[in-house]
Amino acid sequence: MCWAVPLRLVEVSGQAGKVELAGTLREVGLQLISEPQVGDYVLVHAGFAIQKVDQQEAEETLRFLAEVFAGREEA
Amino acid sequence: MKYVDEYRRPDLVEDLVRQIRRRASGLDRKVRFMEVCGGHTMAIGRFGIASLLPERIELLSGPGCPVCVTPTTYVDKAIELTSDPSVLLTTFGDLYRVPGSAGTPEEACERGADVRVVYSPRDALGIADSNRQRLVVFLAIGFETTAPTVAATVLEASRRGIANFRVMSGHKTMPEALRALVQAPGIALDGFILPGHVSTVIGPEPYSFLAREFGMACCISGFEPTDILQSILALLEQTLTGEPIVQNEYRRAVRPGGNAVAREEMMKVFEPAAAQWRGLGLIPRSGLDVRAEWGGFRVEPPDPAVPSQEHASCQCSEVLRGRARPTACPLFGKRCTPQSAVGPCMVSSEGACAAYYRYGSVRFEG
Repeated sequence: MCWAVPLRLVEVSGQAGKVELAGTLREVGLQLISEPQVGDYVLVHAGFAIQKVDQQEAEETLRFLAEVFAGREEA
Repeated sequence: MKYVDEYRRPDLVEDLVRQIRRRASGLDRKVRFMEVCGGHTMAIGRFGIASLLPERIELLSGPGCPVCVTPTTYVDKAIELTSDPSVLLTTFGDLYRVPGSAGTPEEACERGADVRVVYSPRDALGIADSNRQRLVVFLAIGFETTAPTVAATVLEASRRGIANFRVMSGHKTMPEALRALVQAPGIALDGFILPGHVSTVIGPEPYSFLAREFGMACCISGFEPTDILQSILALLEQTLTGEPIVQNEYRRAVRPGGNAVAREEMMKVFEPAAAQWRGLGLIPRSGLDVRAEWGGFRVEPPDPAVPSQEHASCQCSEVLRGRARPTACPLFGKRCTPQSAVGPCMVSSEGACAAYYRYGSVRFEG
């Protein structure tokens, strides 16, 4: 039930905004995050954005996996 | 889908599995890790993760399915409320088919009660707004992930003057339950795969006692295959080195301090309260109730001291504590199926029993 999906914020107006899901727009509450910006990826749970996805950390994790394990192959 | 598909890359999955197998060969005994969150249970089943693991690593499901730990007294009270015809109940779909001692909200609906399934508390508020003559009660269950969304909705109801909106809080908080779980006799665990989105809100710090006081390896995990495998590898490393900490392998969603804005909203509306957990019993300060200041939006929840009434053969309370696998229950797959569930672990799509039923026990037991 604690499911949350990363979706792109395409509209921000006051305490609500719209995210894109499979080509359709859905309204989400933005009261729970600070400074939402159009273009942010947000984790959506029960109709609210509960956090912004940290894009740098997201890429870092993938880079770590790819590099570290590629390096260990030969070990 | 961005931030999803990348974490399912087969080559990365293979690398991680190989690495886990290599490290597990250094184990001199079987280790047991509990995935606390129902979302993790579902992902483990869906992606067949347990079947990729070496025999020495065992995964157990925990109490992190909000519907599964909601006591029958809560469902009973919700249905009782509908004896007043002005009451319109709104609920997440997960709770709609959970049996109390006198049937499910769905059955109450079939008998004429007005019960509506919503995706978001925002939708419940919308129903209240367009039905001002009715008393619209939202059945507020869920952990720290969900409680802030309900809090924000209460604050919005107040701001917009929607005075016929109510919540009956069955909210629960995770760290206190994990403390009760590790203190309970007969549970031998080496570590926890900690919930991802609860941690998005509360951050890693509230779990630190698990490592410090109880020597549990801990890792906060995302929900995709590489996330879960990376967390299992982290738990394995901690177990092998004997240095338990709370590691965070879901950094794209979990900041060091969690989400302070969400916590602030949550604690503006709610305060800690005792809660009754199916499987774990009464735990002090493990729930959230609406503060007196917002009492106008509150429906009194059932007395937390009253235990949940279980079917005599139902093993949900053992399953929720990781003491029995779903397949050990005499009702599993016979009297109790997702179509006609006896216990809450079969009703909720993310309950351990439902996951075993859907994906097959072999995917969990390897």
